[in-house]
Amino acid sequence: MAEMTTDLVRQPAAVLAKAMAEGEVSSEDVTRAHLERIAEVDEQVHAFLHVLSDEAISAARAVDSRRAGGEALGPLAGVPLALKDVLTMKGVPTTCGSRILEGWRPPYDSTVVERLRAADVIILGKTNMDEFAMGSSTEHSAYGPTRNPWDLERIPGGSGGGSSASIAAFEAPLAIGTDTGGSIRQPAAVTGTVGVKPTYGGVSRYGLVALASSLDQAGPCARTVMDAALLHAAIAGHDPRDSTSIAAPVPDVVGAAERGDVRGLRIGLVKELGGEGYQAGVSQRFAEAVDILTSLGAEVVEVSCPNFEYALAAYYLILPSEASSNLARFDGMRYGLRDGDDGQRSVEEVMALTREAGFGAEVKRRIMIGTYALSSGYYDAYYGQAQKVRTLITRDFAAAFEKADVLISPTAPTTAFRIGEKIDDPLAMYLNDIATIPVNLAGNAAMSLPVGLAPEDGLPVGLQVMAPPMADDRLYLVGAALEAALVDRWGHLLIEEAPEL
Amino acid sequence: MTAITRAEVEHLARLARLQLSADELDHYAGQLDVILQSVARVSEVAAEDIPPTSHPIPVENVYREDVARPGLDRSVVAAGAPAWEDDRFRVPRILDEE
Amino acid sequence: MTTAHDTIAFADALKEFEPVIGLETHVELGTNSKMFCSCPTAFGAESNTQVCPVCLGLPGSMPVVNRAAVESTIRMGLALNCDIASWCRFARKNYFYPDMPKDYQVSQYDEPLCTDGYLDVTVETDAGPREFRVEIERVHMEEDTGKLTHAGGATGRIHGADYSLVDYNRAGIPLIEIVTKPLVGTGELAPQVAKAYVTELRDLMRALGVSDVRMEEGSLRCDVNVSLNRPGDPWGTRSETKNVNSLRSVERAVHSEIERQAAVLSSGGRVVQETRHFHEDTGRSTSGRSKEQAEDYRYFPEPDLVPVAPSTEWVDELRGTLPELPSARRARLRAEWGVGEHEFQTMVNAGALELIEASIAEGVDPAAARKWWTGELLRIANDREMELADVPVTPAQIRRVESLVADGSLNDKLARQVFDGVISGEGDVDEVVAGRGLAVVSDDSSLLAAIDTALAEQPDVADKIRGGKVQAAGAIVGAVMKATRGQADAAKVRALLLERLGVSE
Ligand SMILES: [Mg+2]
Ligand SMILES: [Zn+2]
Repeated sequence: MAEMTTDLVRQPAAVLAKAMAEGEVSSEDVTRAHLERIAEVDEQVHAFLHVLSDEAISAARAVDSRRAGGEALGPLAGVPLALKDVLTMKGVPTTCGSRILEGWRPPYDSTVVERLRAADVIILGKTNMDEFAMGSSTEHSAYGPTRNPWDLERIPGGSGGGSSASIAAFEAPLAIGTDTGGSIRQPAAVTGTVGVKPTYGGVSRYGLVALASSLDQAGPCARTVMDAALLHAAIAGHDPRDSTSIAAPVPDVVGAAERGDVRGLRIGLVKELGGEGYQAGVSQRFAEAVDILTSLGAEVVEVSCPNFEYALAAYYLILPSEASSNLARFDGMRYGLRDGDDGQRSVEEVMALTREAGFGAEVKRRIMIGTYALSSGYYDAYYGQAQKVRTLITRDFAAAFEKADVLISPTAPTTAFRIGEKIDDPLAMYLNDIATIPVNLAGNAAMSLPVGLAPEDGLPVGLQVMAPPMADDRLYLVGAALEAALVDRWGHLLIEEAPEL
Repeated sequence: MTAITRAEVEHLARLARLQLSADELDHYAGQLDVILQSVARVSEVAAEDIPPTSHPIPVENVYREDVARPGLDRSVVAAGAPAWEDDRFRVPRILDEE
Repeated sequence: MTTAHDTIAFADALKEFEPVIGLETHVELGTNSKMFCSCPTAFGAESNTQVCPVCLGLPGSMPVVNRAAVESTIRMGLALNCDIASWCRFARKNYFYPDMPKDYQVSQYDEPLCTDGYLDVTVETDAGPREFRVEIERVHMEEDTGKLTHAGGATGRIHGADYSLVDYNRAGIPLIEIVTKPLVGTGELAPQVAKAYVTELRDLMRALGVSDVRMEEGSLRCDVNVSLNRPGDPWGTRSETKNVNSLRSVERAVHSEIERQAAVLSSGGRVVQETRHFHEDTGRSTSGRSKEQAEDYRYFPEPDLVPVAPSTEWVDELRGTLPELPSARRARLRAEWGVGEHEFQTMVNAGALELIEASIAEGVDPAAARKWWTGELLRIANDREMELADVPVTPAQIRRVESLVADGSLNDKLARQVFDGVISGEGDVDEVVAGRGLAVVSDDSSLLAAIDTALAEQPDVADKIRGGKVQAAGAIVGAVMKATRGQADAAKVRALLLERLGVSE
């Protein structure tokens, strides 16, 4: 493994974990290599908002010494990870990409962080994101945009652009993202990486700063399907502190990723998620992937989900409504920013000034829409109707899953667009999530994995696999099979084609 | 749906505790109108007999047992506060009816 | 009766108008932990020492429902003859206020856990006890807010304060809210019915053990709705008086609001739909927010909590835990004590039942227990404008006084003085007896000396007695009692006197 030690940062998590388990390399070495990489490239990428250099090294040393003491450690012990800045970690700044939380250090760990610690994963730092996860480009971060390692002039997706960019730039082999309308999958698609939104309730939301409570879900970001599975298994499972957490065993995602077999599997092509509005290269790579799946023994069928065309509208009512309530607590009274408190102004004025100063434009826009949609006289026409559309979309999924074991579509309609291109056109920005949103509304599981570069711009294209609730393992069955076939064809992972930074 | 007025935007901003500038009010009035027009589509399909979904995965009756446990140390609570006095959060004066 | 330039006398008001009243009562449940987190609920803890990420509303924290709070609410619903929902949700009530950590309150909105019940209450009238059925609209669960203290400024009140301080220990304590349907036909009894209803609710909750309803700690809070209409007219515009936090205030608030609205209407004015704030000190309310300024709470189902769906088995199991309810208990006690309806109702109205029962349990003679609690102690409570239950006399103290009376160490008059001393904080019974020197004078020689003095002062009376007019002895006995400042046993004085004069009965 001589060449590996010289290029630790390019190895998948599974490979690093094995090498550490076999004593070929220490967690401290692996962690240092990644911290050095961050020091080297993050000025260009800006994936991180906060790097935990000292803490990561001492955590790595602790793992190394426990391993040296003969302790049996978990499958990801000693592997570094980048954490989206929307999850609390005790004593570590948590900003959610917002000025309003600048300097706030939560006094408690999120359940995800607790589980990562229990799995002896080394947390390298907190990653950049659209403010309060509102966005598809990470341009809405109060701390400046993150750049796509494939082309620094382009967006890394959002809201979890920091997490996707950190793994695409080899700053971390693993990252945690959160997905409310596609914020794990769309960034994965545009950075040529793998991202999974588990079934709603599969991973605890305790300590995940809520955007839209009924849609939010944390999940794994990685460069390989197996790495995503290992991370998924580490963070998933019932949590009594999250009432919406599912009290059932976690599907065997690692076993499924090991098998990677689609023979006899019925794969449904969603008629409504393709065709017009999708970039040519996206459609092309998607069609090629379908052919591969067929050649691997899958049975491809077409399914129709007629109500998906209303998903975007329903989503952009439900999300801002819940967000307007979830973000009310940022009022400058108990934590975070307080603005305009001159001893004379009333509490109402200080709250309004604080929120005006602390929130960015997109956050204010969505708070206003949500406030409107919930207000008396409009509730039934907006929020109430949106919740009914949600029922229709769930029914569409249920009907489709009668005909197919999994559904597939392109993850995003286009490859990564240029920074600034859509910033002033909220509706155009919202269209990025057209294919990912139905899954959040219905609560089921989905994965995005890279299926090639669009010929016209040489940028990554993602394919989305969708599974019924609590059938997350099927994502890995399909993902691993397709990934193996593509690696076979290319001779390497797609990410290896990313330009040197 | 009727177009959203600047006065309505002002009312919303007050409800949401956002001290918007005059420019912002104008800007948002335009944008909210476009967005709301487009999301109003939800009324096209959702009929009377369709039950609304508030929770994507049907789970019911989740409870914790009534056992008290100590919470946070007060010093930790105080550390996060923008203003703290006499072991309590200090907040600006409340203009209220009485 | 309160009269002021802007009210008209209560009796006059009721000649012209009929009141419709409604009550919304919030009560803190007596659970060990809070509604949605494990923080303790003990009253009086140091500020901000019973808080955690959940009840402080820290970003990322999530609520989990306290099973005991749900069970208490269901039991309360059952005791109030309500239907228990088979499926219901929590909702968020959105409004900004610094005592509310999340700037929304987790409550229930259009899907309360309990609906459509009733509670029968009795009030005493000149024509005897009258029963009213108060219909219950709903019983639901919610969380309490933190506690504000207003600092700076002159008054310590919210108005004019320079700033405020917040203690979140109370934030997240489970509350149940009990809402009545509009109650009509109470006429001039409206204030008493309102008070009797809240009293009955309190007793019910204590009997169920869902709350000990410590009103002095603010664990029960009422909003009182009142409207007036002329007979035959539709209901009038209602006001909602908030901040009514004692039984006495419930009565006073209804009373004063009827007077106020009657004055407005009689002078041709219109009652404004508004929130009013009751002031314990003045017994009056002041105008608050009007309907036009009313908040838009933007309720929606709480996505962080899952539906509450009590199974029939669970509800039946809880039904099985209901104790004897106050109304049944009252019927039993009245039979056991063998007292008349009127006398019994007096005890009920005085809030004396539990106290009498507890005193009997402590070994006090039933008649004596009733006598003390509905006599002297009630008088003291009324004098001091306090609830009978808040009179600081224990059943054990009553037993001790009674035993001193029984062995002749105290008479009734002295016993009353003992209670006065106990209530004034002079110590326990024996300490007051010693401290005030209240023991009955039983030393024959000092009594004989007093008798001789009295006889010498009233020789004509002495002659009458000697002449066989025994009934004249009262004057001498009275003089002796006066001379001993009541600390003698009158029967003994009489016996000694007759013996002295060689007269027999
Ligand atoms: Mg309430
Ligand atoms: Zn708590």
